[in-house]
Amino acid sequence: MTIVYVPGDSAARSIGADEVAALIAAHAAKAGIDIELRRNGSRGALWLETLVEVDNGDGRFAYGPVTPADVDSLFANNFLDAGEHPLSLGKTESIEWLATQDRVTFTRVGIIEPLSLSQYEAHGGLAGLRTALTHPDVVGEVLASGLRGRGGAGFPAGIKWRTVLEAAGDQKYVVCNADEGDSGTFADRMLMEGDPFTLIEGMAIAGIAVGATYGYIYIRSEYPSAIETMNKAIEVGRLAGVLGKSVLGSDKSFDLEVRAGAGSYVCGEETAMLESLEGKRGMVRPKPPLPAISGLFGKPTVINNVLTLASVPAIMKDGSKSYQDRGIDRSRGTQVFQLAGNIARGGIVETGFGISLSEMITRFGGGTLTGHPVKAVQVGGPLGAYLSADQLDVALDYESLAEAGAMLGHGGIVVFDQSVNMLQQARFAMEFCAAESCGKCTPCRIGAVRGVEVIDRIIAGEEREKNLELLNDLCDLMTEGSLCAMGGLTPLPVRSALVHFPLEEVAK
Amino acid sequence: MKYLTWTDEAALEVVREHAEKPGPMLLTLQALQERFGYVETSLLPSIAKELNVSRAEVHGVLTYYSDFRTTPPASRQIHLCVAEACQALGVRDVVKELAAAGYEVGERSKDGATDVVGVYCLGNCALGPAALVDGNLCGRVSAKSLVAQVTS
Repeated sequence: MTIVYVPGDSAARSIGADEVAALIAAHAAKAGIDIELRRNGSRGALWLETLVEVDNGDGRFAYGPVTPADVDSLFANNFLDAGEHPLSLGKTESIEWLATQDRVTFTRVGIIEPLSLSQYEAHGGLAGLRTALTHPDVVGEVLASGLRGRGGAGFPAGIKWRTVLEAAGDQKYVVCNADEGDSGTFADRMLMEGDPFTLIEGMAIAGIAVGATYGYIYIRSEYPSAIETMNKAIEVGRLAGVLGKSVLGSDKSFDLEVRAGAGSYVCGEETAMLESLEGKRGMVRPKPPLPAISGLFGKPTVINNVLTLASVPAIMKDGSKSYQDRGIDRSRGTQVFQLAGNIARGGIVETGFGISLSEMITRFGGGTLTGHPVKAVQVGGPLGAYLSADQLDVALDYESLAEAGAMLGHGGIVVFDQSVNMLQQARFAMEFCAAESCGKCTPCRIGAVRGVEVIDRIIAGEEREKNLELLNDLCDLMTEGSLCAMGGLTPLPVRSALVHFPLEEVAK
Repeated sequence: MKYLTWTDEAALEVVREHAEKPGPMLLTLQALQERFGYVETSLLPSIAKELNVSRAEVHGVLTYYSDFRTTPPASRQIHLCVAEACQALGVRDVVKELAAAGYEVGERSKDGATDVVGVYCLGNCALGPAALVDGNLCGRVSAKSLVAQVTS
């Protein structure tokens, strides 16, 4: 039977995928054509959504971007037999934008139906977990892969795991940080909606590796579809024996649950997240003790981002060497970049580290959506630096970005055209920090409010030189004196917005 | 969204359902809001008692998280993303146009039917400006499309 794929990812649905799916089903029923309609995840080429695919035994053929108005003409052009149509893209796997990527973490996203465990297994799922169950040194394997935390800090995952493994404790936990709050990032969401079993498998491997028997996935409340899909997937996993007292029939036990956030950005900081998971105000804890020693409910806890944990099954399945062979220098493996903002071809680009920012924006991104020249690019979320058009040659890896005074963060790339007012962006960084500061430390809580005031005076043209000096002092203080990255990194977008863009220009 | 009418008795039932879970407070308050649309502050002392914590602790959590409401919501909800990726696609103008149409972000609409909430990121950053309308994600929104949706 002909299989028709229409993504059920919430981004695709945000621009009409549900209507497209319903129209296709209705049209086929009316014409008496038997089709199997599958709601896969999104391939990540969000600029092609709604991306409809047809498989009648000869591979998958793609059409996009399909709007509800196109459905009649798709049928008229016999798309169920891969007929020619102005929206034809040929075989999906030969779409250049996708073919030139290196999908490791996202290998199944957009390919399978998210809640089908049989499709998951048919595409290589659970092989990593099976390996881990009999592997003598899972932590060593992860360490050898060079995998670094994908949440933003880039800390080697293996070292964290080893600390938890060696820590004494009657109960240990695995916590997945799915509080993907950075503007310009959506990879965690798309993975959870498109391939939830990868995350479950990664967490189970982490649990087995360090001796933890329970896990929590902390998902932000702004992601209702991801919460729903993960909950359903956990239920499927339990019924199939992937989770529970006996993981895949072994003597290892692991189970997990989803906890939802409640609209606080700072809960993406690991210790604030632990507080929130314990049901309290999401306020940052001083470190030490490290969560690996004393984390959730005071127990040794592995805390990793969605993409970090979702990379683990592939590492266990194909071996650390295969992962290690990708990337450059100390940035190993692949990175899931997210092209966002004013960009013609936005979406998920997973590739080895080291591609330049300009190549990312032009080759994959196709420049701005508006067609105007790029003026600024913010890399790494609201705490990441703004780079100007003449800095785009920087390579996208942890160290090169740090050298350029920027950071990779969670891999979000937000592009702005000439219409952006950089002074307003600097103000927004402070405004955001003031709104989202947990209030525990003074440099962040008070500093951000003062920062907004000072920038308002600069905008108004009041004693500009003096106020710029004051802002600079304030940025120093926040950088040096804040308890966590919220206050500590807010100066990064503020300063870069002012340094890389002359004041006459930013204040226009 | 359909909510039940708040009664202290029904609310305490919900509290008791969650009281035994590890770290129950946030879960409990979320469950109350999911059921009734908001959390009635007069129940704080009873919630505190059920969870064996101080009133200050319940108040602290309820007021810390921006998701919580202490009064019943309007019948329609717009959560508009006002963060950087949507700014790059002109959400600042959308905010102004919405205000001009009687939908000030951070307020209830002039006709009283819609709450308009500004949020930071909905994870739809390649198809911005983005919004949740009654919990459903929408991409490439404009002030006009949003108003049309909540008045349809």
